[in-house]
Amino acid sequence: MTSVVATNQTILVVGGGISGMTAALEAAETGKQVVLVEKNPYLGGRTVQLYRYFPKMCHPTCGLEINLRRLKANPRIQVLTMAEVTGISGAKGDYSVSVKLAPRFVNENCTACGECNKAATTEIDDAFNYNLGKVKAAYLPNDMAYPQRYVIDPSVVGTAEGQAIKAACKYSAVDLDMKEEVVTLNAGAIVWATGWQPYDAAKITPYRYGEFKNVITNVEFERLADPHGPTGGKILRPSDGKEARNVAFIQCAGSRDENHLRHCSRFCCMASLKQTRYVDEAFGADGKSTIYYIDIRAIDRFEDFYQQVQANPNVSFVKSKVARITEDKNGDPRLWGVNTEGYIRYAEPHDLVVLAVGMEPSVKNVAIPIEVLGDSSGFVMADPANGGIFGAGCATNALDVNRAVQSATAAALGAVQVVSKVARGEA
Amino acid sequence: MSDMNQQMTARYKNNFLKEIEEQAEMGDWVKMCMQCGVCSGSCPTNFHSAWDHPPQELFMMIRAGKRDEVLESGSMWNCVSCYNCYVRCPRKVPITHIMHGLAEYAYRLGKAPKQQPTQFLSKTFWDNATKTGRVNEVKLTQTLYFKNGLMDGIKQAMAMQSVALGLVKAKRLNPMEAVGGGHKCKDIKGIHAMLAKARELEAQRKGRAA
Repeated sequence: MTSVVATNQTILVVGGGISGMTAALEAAETGKQVVLVEKNPYLGGRTVQLYRYFPKMCHPTCGLEINLRRLKANPRIQVLTMAEVTGISGAKGDYSVSVKLAPRFVNENCTACGECNKAATTEIDDAFNYNLGKVKAAYLPNDMAYPQRYVIDPSVVGTAEGQAIKAACKYSAVDLDMKEEVVTLNAGAIVWATGWQPYDAAKITPYRYGEFKNVITNVEFERLADPHGPTGGKILRPSDGKEARNVAFIQCAGSRDENHLRHCSRFCCMASLKQTRYVDEAFGADGKSTIYYIDIRAIDRFEDFYQQVQANPNVSFVKSKVARITEDKNGDPRLWGVNTEGYIRYAEPHDLVVLAVGMEPSVKNVAIPIEVLGDSSGFVMADPANGGIFGAGCATNALDVNRAVQSATAAALGAVQVVSKVARGEA
Repeated sequence: MSDMNQQMTARYKNNFLKEIEEQAEMGDWVKMCMQCGVCSGSCPTNFHSAWDHPPQELFMMIRAGKRDEVLESGSMWNCVSCYNCYVRCPRKVPITHIMHGLAEYAYRLGKAPKQQPTQFLSKTFWDNATKTGRVNEVKLTQTLYFKNGLMDGIKQAMAMQSVALGLVKAKRLNPMEAVGGGHKCKDIKGIHAMLAKARELEAQRKGRAA
């Protein structure tokens, strides 16, 4: 049975991505007790799934490593992975929260030696790589996973393969008898940092995502460019493994669209501009990127990044929302539309199309098991009516990593104030 | 210049966007266009040369106050009402309806291009349908075929012969309609009264002289 120490002076942080980690660390470093709950078997959320971030093109390994060091050094944070909040009751200063813990089938003895992986034979979809590849049923979710501990997929539990995996472990770390459990804990304040998910591109029917193999999303393209990704960092298109030298980026795929997401997702313009650099670095003058856009929103101080990309002769910009995509016989996706600068019709073939899909909250405010105010897209709003619940990061708005961290720090401050009042007997 | 054109020019002076918003059906949506171009990219007729101004260009021209260019354009008359643009528009602008609204308004002002075939069809259809409350297919096709003279009409009718015979066989076309007034609805007076009332309400709503 998992034991969690929590009182009404504890801050519960829901979601262990960059925002949740930040909020947990900021609060813990002011001396508060924090419980950090994460649904995945590892921390870092969507940020670790990036190859590099804009504008400095650094690897998430770097920023996250600092946060993980802070986390390991801080005794006030208890981390629960593979955990989901299923119920919240009570009010500001005194919440009771039930958390469902899914079995990992691997305990703290794990040294990440990888022997269980060698013993496993079944392959399952690699969720970390957006199902672009496969992993064995005993796997480390990603190279820098925290906790650095393997996971065993429930599909092999109770099979001979499961027994072989267990036998392969020299540290008695494999425990196939683990069961799902529910723990109840107290909290004075809650930081809701459940982040975002890419908008389901299959809903944008004229773009035929899911039907045409060479139409992928921007998050999938990150995995293609990453040396730890399914192609070892080579930009190869899914249909035939050919190098994708002529890449089209379609902006506002789902965002700023009354039929899909009403809001501007803010990060996608910068993400596509950044991704043209991946193409440039992979193929140089033999690579070609084309960005189809309504207008480029390189928010805030990122205008210079945009200008640098504009100056690259291998990147072109077409001011047009693409009307539809067809597929040529050789697998090339062909983009149809009208360039609104001059009203010129085009029907351009490309090797690969990357849909710059937008952000939607992965847990909409209405899905939170207690009443929390949200906007028309389901993002959590800041409102005194939410009591001791504070939204952080992409649960509150479409944000890039930088802004998510700022938002998380603000949420941590709100939560710290609540539990400080509880400590003084004022709440 | 027609009376109505004079009246509207005087009322809206140089504010053509406001004129379209108040006078053309669904015109109040024009300002919502964000110039993404998905409408013209989706338009099946856009791949013909007659479409000199695609929808988003027309909307920008309205905002820019290009009154004569917009109203005299043949573009909106080419709309085939496939609704692709309306379905895909990220702002849910009812583009199809605006095209018809613009065409109808240009016609009312007497500024629509004179030899436009869609306009001729629309006018013929309207006159035909409102006369008895029912469309007389024989008379409708006659008027359309013979609009460019007798010889041309015979040529067209001969070309469509097999289609016409098929329609007769399937009882979708009654050749006897050519004689007399054809079939009509029971209460023609009622239909006419309804149309007159609708015209009166429209004039009231749009502040026009009835």
